[in-house]
Amino acid sequence: MRFLVNGKTHEVEVAPGEILLWVLRDKIGLTGTKFGCGEGQCGACTVLLSGRPVRSCQVPAAGAAGQPVTTIEGLARDGRLHPVQAAFLRQEAFQCGYCTSGMILSAAALLQRKPDPDEREIRAALNGHICRCGVYGRIVKAVRSAARARRAGTVK
Amino acid sequence: MPEIPDDARELLQHEIQTLRRRFALRRRGFFRLLGNGVLVGWAAAGAAAQESGRFRPSWMRHPLSQNISAWLHIAPSGAVTVYTGKVEVGQNIRTSLAQQVAEELRVPLAAIRMVMGDTRLTPFDMGTFGSRTTPTMGPQLRKAAASARAILIELAARRWQTSASGLVAEEGRIRDPKTGNSVGYGALTRGQRIARAIAADPELTPAERWRVAGHSAPKVDGRLFVTGAHRYPADQVVPGMLIGKVVRPSAFHARLVECDVSGAQAISGARVVRDGDFIGVVAPDQATAVRAAAQVRARWRAPRQIGNRELFDALRRTARNDAGHFEQTSGAAPAVSAGRLKRLQASYEIAYIAHAPLEPRAALAVWRHDHLTVWTGTQRPFGVQQELASAFHLPLKNVRVLMPDTGAAFGGKHTGEAAVEAARLARGAGRPVKLIWTREEEFTWAYFRPAGVIDINAAVDDDGRIAAWEFDNFNSGPAAIGTPYRAQYSRIAFHPCDPPLRQGSYRSLAACANHFARESHMDDLARLAGIDPLEFRLKNIPDPRLRAVFRRAAARFGWARRRRLPGRRGYGLACGFEKGGYVATCAEVEISGQDLRIARVTEAWDSGAVINPNGLRNQIEGAILMGIGGALREAIQFENGRILNPRFSQYRVPRFADLPGIEVVLVDRKNEKSFGAGETPIVGIAPAVANAICDATGMRLRSLPMLVDGRLPATV
Ligand code: FES
Ligand code: FES
Repeated sequence: MRFLVNGKTHEVEVAPGEILLWVLRDKIGLTGTKFGCGEGQCGACTVLLSGRPVRSCQVPAAGAAGQPVTTIEGLARDGRLHPVQAAFLRQEAFQCGYCTSGMILSAAALLQRKPDPDEREIRAALNGHICRCGVYGRIVKAVRSAARARRAGTVK
Repeated sequence: MPEIPDDARELLQHEIQTLRRRFALRRRGFFRLLGNGVLVGWAAAGAAAQESGRFRPSWMRHPLSQNISAWLHIAPSGAVTVYTGKVEVGQNIRTSLAQQVAEELRVPLAAIRMVMGDTRLTPFDMGTFGSRTTPTMGPQLRKAAASARAILIELAARRWQTSASGLVAEEGRIRDPKTGNSVGYGALTRGQRIARAIAADPELTPAERWRVAGHSAPKVDGRLFVTGAHRYPADQVVPGMLIGKVVRPSAFHARLVECDVSGAQAISGARVVRDGDFIGVVAPDQATAVRAAAQVRARWRAPRQIGNRELFDALRRTARNDAGHFEQTSGAAPAVSAGRLKRLQASYEIAYIAHAPLEPRAALAVWRHDHLTVWTGTQRPFGVQQELASAFHLPLKNVRVLMPDTGAAFGGKHTGEAAVEAARLARGAGRPVKLIWTREEEFTWAYFRPAGVIDINAAVDDDGRIAAWEFDNFNSGPAAIGTPYRAQYSRIAFHPCDPPLRQGSYRSLAACANHFARESHMDDLARLAGIDPLEFRLKNIPDPRLRAVFRRAAARFGWARRRRLPGRRGYGLACGFEKGGYVATCAEVEISGQDLRIARVTEAWDSGAVINPNGLRNQIEGAILMGIGGALREAIQFENGRILNPRFSQYRVPRFADLPGIEVVLVDRKNEKSFGAGETPIVGIAPAVANAICDATGMRLRSLPMLVDGRLPATV
């Protein structure tokens, strides 16, 4: 099966019942996408499928084949962090960081759709993500700060 | 403050007595230890015993190394490597410890690389728990670094034939201000080990003069976390690795009756590994491993076990007076008829809850002949090394455990279950094996924060002083059981019980439960005495630091100005002291019908000299959020040896929707010793919210969690 991940094509042998999360992690070697629950509840496994955030633990591998997938490893361009990544760093919006990949990808998709979300919209967009370390307040701040930076064009 | 039993006692109670016995029973025969997948070594026993100073198994006799070279190394380039057995689970000690070394060694933070929790490279360490890193490892590394600085100065003095006293260390160089001579550390040591003893009393930099410590420093390696580059235990990879899966018993304490693995064996690429009651499969990928495990037909027999409906009765019924039990009395009990005392007696119930770190237990095990290397997420790499050595009858030196920075732990990863299982599978498969527990496994086969019942019987006199304080804790634990309030008479007791579930450490241990009960009760006593709850507390708390955090929190929160707005709002507060940290929490809740929202929380915190203010705030904010979970919604449901809600869809942890406005007030005491802050900031939120609910509704909720199906109970 052919996968298009972060702009590269990967030819992968897929076992029956295989899901996208494990193809990315174990077969393509992109371990930035995390396993947290396997039931679509925590968001740690979030990737962008054709630009839209999906729970990769819920996506059959076959359902993603041939479509562009963006993982956390593909968000920075030429070593320049995406504005959301930069804002997470600035606000130190993590502790253990295990939820961070998924949070950042969902937030990046949100800003793509809605460049100036208010706090309610940010919370609603991210409510499907669990941060067990409880960094929610900082994550909201980081997303707002990323939105500002993005609009100001200070970071592309 | 009365003598408070330390957390070691807690560990001793929960992780030795119940679990060591299990270990001894299964000792016969190779691999028997694996039992039904529940295995805990006696390493925890050692850890606790060493802390409590009561008994020490021989392998535990490891005083902290006094040799500088054990703790730090300076490369010819000037790069500094620091070694510590402590581990990073999100509490940010990789950064705060590096800051302290940078401070004393006078090097830029960026020059430091921390090697943590690797049993081969780092000095022995009991484990990362009990908020011990800041008060013990911090000073240890500071001393090592300050001693190294003195030696570097001495080396430079010798090189320049001058007196050491005129030289200064800064930015990784020794400089002679008189001559302008300057030499880098790397050129002085030329990569050689500094095999000298740490000075008994090296010149440490006082906190008021800190330039790196004491200031916010961005998380070391932060960039790795926002780019997905950091490799957690679950992300470790070696060539030729297989994926493992364990077939779990039908219930706790189940024994295998019969087992047919032919269906699993028939799946191409899969292999079954059996050892007594242990059954696992390995396969080239997750999907195949899952499929094969599902094909194993196993029949188990389990004894009848109680469920949560019977829990609290069972705890009371099984209370024991043996090891772990204690009772402390001071003053004389007032006569029952005594004067005009107002009395209040009540019981509090605490449910079992789960740590649910976002990264479940994971391990990658690699054998080379009789040498075993395991990467795993544990708070006690040396304890897991011991577990592995015991399980596989290997000398300790043949086992290496490495702990990559892990996706959280909260006291829930003291043990090495996944490590032992991965190693067993790898042994059977003859290939490296990685095992990542599912969420259901993590919710079921890890361990829980102890459930408990707390009885309080107290009295206040006419002047609003506490005349009597009796406190009986059943099973939940003795941490912070001592009261910080002055009482004319007090009796405080901890009663160990036979717990129906496997239980152990959890962020702040029983301090959460004990503070919930004590601070709820204090509010009711204040009401009985007709005094404002803040005033009542300030009046009865002798410790000035505790009073100070209270005043700071109340001032910032606007306690004196609070007033009922339209709708049902309530205000509550609570305070606590534990493990060197003082905390005061104020909460405002909003209630409509049976729906509860925590609108805002203000928490003041004092743990001595602050090392990394921003990191500290992050910990406090996170602890408040986590505390909201146990306060309102989290409870493990169980029945007959099974967990009934082992998923995030059934066990609701705090989410964005639960985020209140949070204000943190740091009280930075430069002249006080620094203590840890990963735990105690969690203790104030549950009672502050309970008190706020009572303020709004008059309803006194005495169970954790307080909500039923996400809503306030209609009546109590
Ligand atoms: S792992 Fe996919 S949502 Fe949790
Ligand atoms: S930072 Fe640990 S789960 Fe979010």
